[in-house]
Amino acid sequence: MTDHAILPPWALLAYLASGILFILSLRGLSSPRTSQRGNRMGIAGMGIAVLTTMLTQAPIPPGHWWPRPTQPDLIVLAKVLGAIAIGGAIGLVTARRIKMTDMPQLVAAFHSLVGLAAVLVGLAAYFDPAAFHILGTNGLINQVSRIEMGLGIAIGAITFSGSIIAFAKLNGNMSGAPIMLPLRHWINLGTLAAILGLIAWFTQDQSIWVIVTFTVLAFLIGFLLIIPIGGADMPVVVSMLNSYSGWAAAAMGFTLHNTAMIITGALVGSSGAILSYIMCKAMNRSFISVIAGGFGAEEGAVGEAKEQRPWKRGSAEDAAFLLKEAEQVIIIPGYGMAVAQAQHVLREMGDRLKAEGVRVKYAIHPVAGRMPGHMNVLLAEANVPYEEVFELEDINSEFAQTDVAFIIGANDVVNPAAKTDRSSPIYGMPVFDVDKAKTIMFIKRSMGGVGYAGVDNDVFYMDQTMMLLADAKKMVEDIVKALQH
Amino acid sequence: MDFIAILSIFVLACFVGYYVVWSVTPALHTPLMAVTNAISSVIIVGALVAAAAAGAGLSSWLGLAGVVLASVNIFGGFAVTARMLTMYKKKDR
Repeated sequence: MTDHAILPPWALLAYLASGILFILSLRGLSSPRTSQRGNRMGIAGMGIAVLTTMLTQAPIPPGHWWPRPTQPDLIVLAKVLGAIAIGGAIGLVTARRIKMTDMPQLVAAFHSLVGLAAVLVGLAAYFDPAAFHILGTNGLINQVSRIEMGLGIAIGAITFSGSIIAFAKLNGNMSGAPIMLPLRHWINLGTLAAILGLIAWFTQDQSIWVIVTFTVLAFLIGFLLIIPIGGADMPVVVSMLNSYSGWAAAAMGFTLHNTAMIITGALVGSSGAILSYIMCKAMNRSFISVIAGGFGAEEGAVGEAKEQRPWKRGSAEDAAFLLKEAEQVIIIPGYGMAVAQAQHVLREMGDRLKAEGVRVKYAIHPVAGRMPGHMNVLLAEANVPYEEVFELEDINSEFAQTDVAFIIGANDVVNPAAKTDRSSPIYGMPVFDVDKAKTIMFIKRSMGGVGYAGVDNDVFYMDQTMMLLADAKKMVEDIVKALQH
Repeated sequence: MDFIAILSIFVLACFVGYYVVWSVTPALHTPLMAVTNAISSVIIVGALVAAAAAGAGLSSWLGLAGVVLASVNIFGGFAVTARMLTMYKKKDR
């Protein structure tokens, strides 16, 4: 084994401090009040990690208080600062310009970058093991380091290509419908086994063909894993890729023996895993079935098979009249609201109703939208007060005392089939009990389309349901206009 | 540090992560993702080490490319998180 204690004690402590700041940064998110401080702690932790690394690369000579960089050191420093400036500028501009509705795509794109960075770092460590202090006395890379490096590269590559597909699906560059290859389970399992086998082989033979082959296979399996997963399962996919990016960082932390990277990797890895778990639970689906993919494949087919049933159409004026008379209105937003960018006008409607003395609450299903917490961010963007927004289990008992359940852009999360129909693909998923409300208003573009799960919704045909067929934003604007009279 | 010491840190950090993340309010799950994404770019540490590698040209270019990618994430991730959190802040008043 080589000597890893090459870093001075102050640097080790600095990395530990940066890891602790990252923990506190996540802790800050337990409430909106402490969240901004949390974000600043994260920034501080990152600053410490970066500065510490730079200082250890140009060490302070004994007897001096300041590093004495040589000219090559300064050239490297200039290149690095240039790289940070380029990346930083791209990041800042993107962060400023991105629309809140496009947040899932952005997060997927960011995940892909972490994945690719992990692959690059892993390959760099392979080509220059001495710089990473992982060279054994026999002139070969330490075997443990080879496993860590191999896993880091493989997970990074899967994160990269998986996130690219997730991005393309979320951004509409690629159909959200699942793409099913024949025998895909066997192909995936075979590829996965080949990657693990090659990483094991890598401990015996550090030839370049081994590392290149498993890197390519890992990129490939990232694509293969995500293409069969449909749009409705995207919140799970995004969370899962979040988790993978953490594990990739952790594996690289093992290679570098760096505490900050290991702590961060563990935090991010568990965070993504917990979010995936919450999302799966909210859909009553097992993680395995999501990963196996194919959800939402039978769209069309199920929709057409249904016979025509009578339903009632309402106008904006009818809706405004009933809303004004109500005591309590619960608004249930879904992905359709995000697509129509209706959150601002929706808040305006809420304000007008509150002025009329109506109690307005917002109910958010854990899987509403395309990533965890997506709807909360959109409502926050529209200045909806935090106290008016409720989670599924906190508000579900209130529908019986509610005059109007106002559904905008949601579908599967209010489908009673999840409670009653065992054959339904969404059976067992916790849903809002909107059928208990006196009146249901359902904003939908047309009667043709069905939810992402591809199932018909009995709510459309209920006696107390008023279908408001229009673009969500247009309809709410019309309701606001009607409320003014 | 030997492997077992590092593994211990890792395992303990997983437990810390587990409890900390469960305490995050669901309303902030999107900012949570954005911020975890930003901090996972601490992988920039590895990229910096590679970029400074004196010996191999290829490694230092790989490292520099890694620095660019990680910087996009660090600046973008923290900035977008801050932007989202300001929106939650506004309503506290």
